[in-house]
Amino acid sequence: MDFRDTPAEAEFRAEIRAWLDEHLVGKFAALGGRGGPADETGWETRVEWERILGKDRWIGLGWPEEYGGRAADLSQQVIFDEEYAKAGAPARISFFGEGLFAPTLIAFGTPEQKQRFLPKIQSVDELWCQGYSEPNAGSDLANVQTRAVLDGDEWVVNGQKVWTTLAHRAQWCFLIARTDPESKGSKGLSYLLVPMDQPGVEVRPLRQMTGSAEFNEVFFDDARTAKSLVVGEVNDGWKVAMATLGFERGTAFLSQQLGFQRELADLIEVARANGSIDEPRIRQELADSYVGVMIMKYNGMRMLTNLVKRGVIGPESSIGKLYWSNWHRTLGERAMHVLGPEGQIIDAGFDGDYELNEIQRSFMFSRSETIYAGASEIQRNIIGERVLGLPREPR
Amino acid sequence: MDFAFDEDQEALRDTVRKFLEARSPESEVRRLMDTVEGYDPAVWAQMANELGLQSLALPEAYGGQGYTFVELGIVLEEMGRVLLCAPFFSTVVLAANAILHAGTDEEKAALLPGIASGETIAALAFTEPSGRWDADGITMVASGSGDSFTLDGTKTFVIDGHIADLLVVAARTQGTGGAEGVSLFTVQGDAEGLTRTPLATMDQTRKQARVDFAGVAAKPLGTVGNGWDALSKTLDQAAVGLSNEMVGGAQKVLDMSVEYAKVRVQFGRPIGSFQAIKHKCADMLLEVESAKSAAYYSAWAAAEDSDELPVVASLAKAYCSDAYFHAAAENIQIHGGIGFTWEHPAHLYFKRAKSSEVLLGDATYHRELLAQRIGL
Ligand SMILES: Cc1cc2nc3c(=O)[nH]c(=O)nc-3n(C[C@H](O)[C@H](O)[C@H](O)COP(=O)(O)OP(=O)(O)OC[C@H]3O[C@@H](n4cnc5c(N)ncnc54)[C@H](O)[C@@H]3O)c2cc1C
Ligand SMILES: Cc1cc2nc3c(=O)[nH]c(=O)nc-3n(C[C@H](O)[C@H](O)[C@H](O)COP(=O)(O)OP(=O)(O)OC[C@H]3O[C@@H](n4cnc5c(N)ncnc54)[C@H](O)[C@@H]3O)c2cc1C
Repeated sequence: MDFRDTPAEAEFRAEIRAWLDEHLVGKFAALGGRGGPADETGWETRVEWERILGKDRWIGLGWPEEYGGRAADLSQQVIFDEEYAKAGAPARISFFGEGLFAPTLIAFGTPEQKQRFLPKIQSVDELWCQGYSEPNAGSDLANVQTRAVLDGDEWVVNGQKVWTTLAHRAQWCFLIARTDPESKGSKGLSYLLVPMDQPGVEVRPLRQMTGSAEFNEVFFDDARTAKSLVVGEVNDGWKVAMATLGFERGTAFLSQQLGFQRELADLIEVARANGSIDEPRIRQELADSYVGVMIMKYNGMRMLTNLVKRGVIGPESSIGKLYWSNWHRTLGERAMHVLGPEGQIIDAGFDGDYELNEIQRSFMFSRSETIYAGASEIQRNIIGERVLGLPREPR
Repeated sequence: MDFAFDEDQEALRDTVRKFLEARSPESEVRRLMDTVEGYDPAVWAQMANELGLQSLALPEAYGGQGYTFVELGIVLEEMGRVLLCAPFFSTVVLAANAILHAGTDEEKAALLPGIASGETIAALAFTEPSGRWDADGITMVASGSGDSFTLDGTKTFVIDGHIADLLVVAARTQGTGGAEGVSLFTVQGDAEGLTRTPLATMDQTRKQARVDFAGVAAKPLGTVGNGWDALSKTLDQAAVGLSNEMVGGAQKVLDMSVEYAKVRVQFGRPIGSFQAIKHKCADMLLEVESAKSAAYYSAWAAAEDSDELPVVASLAKAYCSDAYFHAAAENIQIHGGIGFTWEHPAHLYFKRAKSSEVLLGDATYHRELLAQRIGL
């Protein structure tokens, strides 16, 4: 047990710091880490910044070198995320591509597919979205009804996806569709890569309770994609889809607590400024949130150690997902306690089209975090059944 | 970064677990909790002579083995798992560390080897009827000068105070307040003027006593008037130790719940297949695992004597107190009627969880302390 950097880790950390010192300046530094999943603040600047990151291979740093990565191990990736967050660098825009799709492709894709897609993720020329959920397939994802049939050397896709985040920005969608028309449940599904810019794809924005519209309905009406753009075997896409979910619930959140620490620090400043920091209840709540975020960090370190030693992240990742989403939701509620009646007023007034400030947005957005990437109830089922070995419920 | 126990540490856990399973089964816990002394001298001697548990984390210079708080944490976790009835926490965690931090070299050389060898049972007499764990809670006045002081007043809720051969007493010099003027003294358990009254405790697995002082002669430990820093550090380390102990109990009640939920059938199905029960177990696991992360991390901070110690000690104590109590309470609920009986061990853990929550200050107290320590 030792929480200090090894000499190699320290050296890597210094390299990142030096790089950030040199590049994170001007308008990029001015963004101050703003932006996020429900927040397209400074989008163009963030794209520009991300291209600089990609050029120096900080996007995809964990990928094999032959695909432009740095072959950095998990500890190094976490060190990068730590330094990135500490420096207050802009929120990342390529979560779906770099965070979810790329690791899936590296695990299951063909060399041609990797050559074709990874460099464009790194150069930020192609953004991705995740086409899993449908009106009748939410938690019960295996109930997907979108179909794909082969027509010569192309797949023809028909169906509807929903809640598709950033579909309006994305050039590509990784989706699951039923390719065996006779099949039911998790069998007979394939993991397809579909270009968004074509007549057969229609994206309709859905306004969220935050007032903005980051997710969409996506309609596929004879949409087409090449026969070769299936990841894994045809009719065996469930396994691949689950791996993506593993990344979404697992490694992607290891460094999330850093952003949360920042958010808590900002809230403490607000409490100091409005004097609520002297109220016993607020002190208890802020201290408890501090306890929670530090434990998130310790849990993450324990999980990382396990991961490095055993190689795979198991259903334990559900503990992480359940933990962070609850913590953040509670922080949002507490932030409202800190703000009091001020928190009820929209600073932008009537002109801003329900433009929330950061705290209000986080309070609202955190309600989605216990729903997406596997709702809390589903995570508890997974923990109960696959970690604790409790009997399954009848299905 | 490496957040795992190494092979030797895992081997230590194994040895201690096997020993405790053999020497502190539920039947022994129940036998000892019905006694006033609350421990088995033969097991205590074995712990010292065969396993070297009392000496494990004491410096080699004073008869110890020089291991750290990480190893001590492992031992405490295993003790918490079986509700070991023994004056280990009072002697090794509270009193020994107070002596270690406050004492001069000569005092340490005189007092610690006896603890290391298992001959001395020691207790820290800190709290008074107010039950406070901060410096202002110390109101007992020590009068005298040089090497000769006398103590008058009452200490209570003193863990194992009635059986201790040696008492480390927190008092203050006349006319002082807060951290200023706090001093530590040592008093023999059979000193003249000392009246020790065992208290009947709700948690019968950890004993407490009231100790009344009437002109008791006391020896200073370290510099008179200068004791708060040593005490404060002792309390932080004790919070770390107790957090690790609590984690052991919390894991045990989770195990009991899960096991029972798999075999108890109602409505034709194991109750663990109902989400109402399954989700409780999932939440317990999340909290127990999180409590472990906090406890283990804090043990490392104590081992390293890191600047972080005060913050992580309060953090761990706050979280582990709540997590243990919650798990112990859910364990009763999941067991239904049987969980409410005297015969079932669920209540023993529930009561230990409660007494541990209160010991050294509860979660609310430690969250406020934490707030101060992080500058809120
Ligand atoms: C902000 C946001 C962004 C999203 N982005 C994307 C995206 O980019 N791509 C994508 O594919 N999807 C996305 N989603 C969709 C998300 O994955 C689904 O909302 C989620 O899987 C839940 O499905 P559902 O909404 O149909 O709810 P349902 O599955 O209908 O669930 C409703 C309620 O019932 C509970 N429930 C369901 N089954 C069980 C059960 N067996 N036991 C107990 N309780 C149960 C759920 O926990 C929930 O509380 C996003 C969602 C949100 C909110
Ligand atoms: C102090 C006390 C006094 C009592 N007095 C009497 C009395 O005078 N006369 C008498 O007849 N009985 C009496 N009882 C018994 C009492 O009615 C039962 O304890 C109670 O019905 C629960 O049954 P059980 O103990 O078998 O637990 P179980 O039914 O085995 O339940 C164990 C756990 O599983 C949960 N569970 C069970 N089924 C489900 C489900 N379908 N979905 C979700 N969760 C489930 C329960 O909520 C509980 O948490 C008494 C009990 C106590 C504690």
